[in-house]
Amino acid sequence: MARVRLDGVYKIYPDGTRAVDDLHLDIADGEFLVLVGPSGCGKTTALRMVAGLEDISRGTVAIGERTVNRVPARDRDVAMVFQSYALYPHLTVRDNIAFGLQLRRMPKAEIAERVAKAAATLGLTDHLDRKPRNLSGGQRQRVAMGRAIVRNPQAFLMDEPLSNLDAKLRVQMRAEISRIQRDLGVTTVYVTHDQVEAMTLGDRVAVMKKGVLQQVAPPQELYERPVNLFVAGFIGSPAMNLLQGRLEGDGDGALLHLGDQALGVPRALLAERPALRGYLGRGIAVGIRPEDMEDADLDGAGTDGAAVLSSTADLVEALGAELLVHFAADAPPVVTEDTRELARDAGADDAAAPGGGAMIAKFSPRSQVAEGRPVRIRVDTGRLYFFDPDSGAGIWGEPGESDSREVRDD
Amino acid sequence: MSDDAATTAPAGAGPDPLAGPDGAEGAPRRSAAARAAARLGSGAVQLLLVLIALFWLVPTLGLFVSSLRAPADNASSGWWTVLARPAELTLENYAGLLDNPTFVGSFWNTVLITVPSTLLIVAIAALAGYAFAWMEFPGRDWLFLGVVGLLVVPIQVALVPIAQLYGGAGIYGSIVGVVLFHVGFGLPFAIFLLRNFFAAIPRDLLEAARMDGGRELTIFRRVILPLGGPAIASLTIFQFLWVWNDLLVALVFADAANQPMTKALQAEMRQFGANIDVISSGAFISMVVPLVVFFAFQRYFVQGVMAGAVK
Repeated sequence: MARVRLDGVYKIYPDGTRAVDDLHLDIADGEFLVLVGPSGCGKTTALRMVAGLEDISRGTVAIGERTVNRVPARDRDVAMVFQSYALYPHLTVRDNIAFGLQLRRMPKAEIAERVAKAAATLGLTDHLDRKPRNLSGGQRQRVAMGRAIVRNPQAFLMDEPLSNLDAKLRVQMRAEISRIQRDLGVTTVYVTHDQVEAMTLGDRVAVMKKGVLQQVAPPQELYERPVNLFVAGFIGSPAMNLLQGRLEGDGDGALLHLGDQALGVPRALLAERPALRGYLGRGIAVGIRPEDMEDADLDGAGTDGAAVLSSTADLVEALGAELLVHFAADAPPVVTEDTRELARDAGADDAAAPGGGAMIAKFSPRSQVAEGRPVRIRVDTGRLYFFDPDSGAGIWGEPGESDSREVRDD
Repeated sequence: MSDDAATTAPAGAGPDPLAGPDGAEGAPRRSAAARAAARLGSGAVQLLLVLIALFWLVPTLGLFVSSLRAPADNASSGWWTVLARPAELTLENYAGLLDNPTFVGSFWNTVLITVPSTLLIVAIAALAGYAFAWMEFPGRDWLFLGVVGLLVVPIQVALVPIAQLYGGAGIYGSIVGVVLFHVGFGLPFAIFLLRNFFAAIPRDLLEAARMDGGRELTIFRRVILPLGGPAIASLTIFQFLWVWNDLLVALVFADAANQPMTKALQAEMRQFGANIDVISSGAFISMVVPLVVFFAFQRYFVQGVMAGAVK
């Protein structure tokens, strides 16, 4: 078990593409770090450079106290779980798990003992003599895990290990990976596309976009203090609603104009983020999380007029525990390079409905909201997110209290 | 297949299986009819295939029967007359062959040429195929293109220059020369075949083996070779057959002491004219060995060896 450090790491392809661009990461001993981002953001490339499967163009990768740039994969003492599992089809489960130990010429008795232990941990004891083709997807995934844990490596590297499983199994295996990692205390770098996996598994989560690290922080901090529009839009499901608004001074407080409607910005929030004062009288990008909105007509929801938006419910999705209400805001959506990247990732070109930004709110199932009917939405204005409309950087108070890194513009 | 069935099936076998959509309750009946038609159709196809196979076997059968008849019988009547008089059959031809030192020697020469040629080709091609598919080295793709280009070089253009070369090296007429020639001309195709098969092995598997601590040679031995089994088995069979049945190379490069069976049989033909008894029994023996090799290796043609490797 060891600390893993990436220091100014670049991956530059011969055609000049920068798959990974000046990546700095310091992963503590025993930490579970998740690398997350849309496809093509360089997260897998970064992982493969740690594994030794990809050359490092510039910078250094260190595992423990050793710089491993020139150490071949087999001598780095890290284990990898592949997205495809990469099980040896001609070997039984037992031999698949034992393969790495056999190559290291470990005594047979010790191999048998370790394999038995790993198999017990993963519930594979009954399947040790079967071939991979006779296993279900979940069992294959476990064998791939077993092959990693049996070696007792310095670090686990996992490349989207759950993406080939169906939804239910994925939740189950997610919990299992979390448990195994905690029990073994092995430093883990986990690459995923799925932000729920990132949030639930990671001690810290690193968000990447186009090869550039955006922010590294514990999951809750990513959610509450995203450094920019990209992180804000990427973390959270349904995604944060991002609108173009205008801040106007109003005594000591401020009003956020969204088209013809306005929300009062609480004084406490202004005090906490003094930089916001600089945006008074100017356009600003505002983020509202679906879960920070509620049906204003529900009792107990409060009817402070300064925190209510009106619109028409376009679509109501009842998920049982909650209602997802789609409606159009008065204000146009934010369109920056970040939001375009997010839309590309979502596989949609939805440059938004004409007129206003498409919004999603999470309502309590007690709400009586109906499709095509007017809806009044109470916004938790204390939890608004603000971003610079040009750079996309989050506007927060007191810099330096988080280990978030500055956004780099290239 | 089922289209064939529909057209060859007798009329009146219920509704046309290819008819347009109708009520849901009609579905089981229609599929039963389609199944019956398909079975009938595939039965007809199978019968046809069996007939073709039997027809193709007739010359072999004729050769075999001729080899079991006395030379006088063969000279006076066709081999099919044996159907009426099975008592004519005799093992004399084979006994005579085994007493013939030229023939026995040529049999062992064939073995001495074929086995090393095949082994060398398969061993070198497997290593080269792995290197071309999975190892990074400068000029790899150009080298491979060169190998592929050699596929089109006809054997005939090399006969004279290589004969001269062998003369200078002192191996003209020897078994070593014949083996080297076969290896040289067998390798381009063998490398091409194995390289393409190895290249289709998922990259993740090799990377997993590398992470597990494998060096190139270990990966080759413990991952590539087992997974490449079917390709290596077919290559072995093909090479064995080609070399075993070769006449041209033997005619040019093997002298009388080192001649393989093909050349020896051909020489018999010149000496005795239509001496069918020696030729038929010798040819039959030369056929049996490749057949044995084929059946020995065919169990390696297992379907789906890759199943379960990667999702």
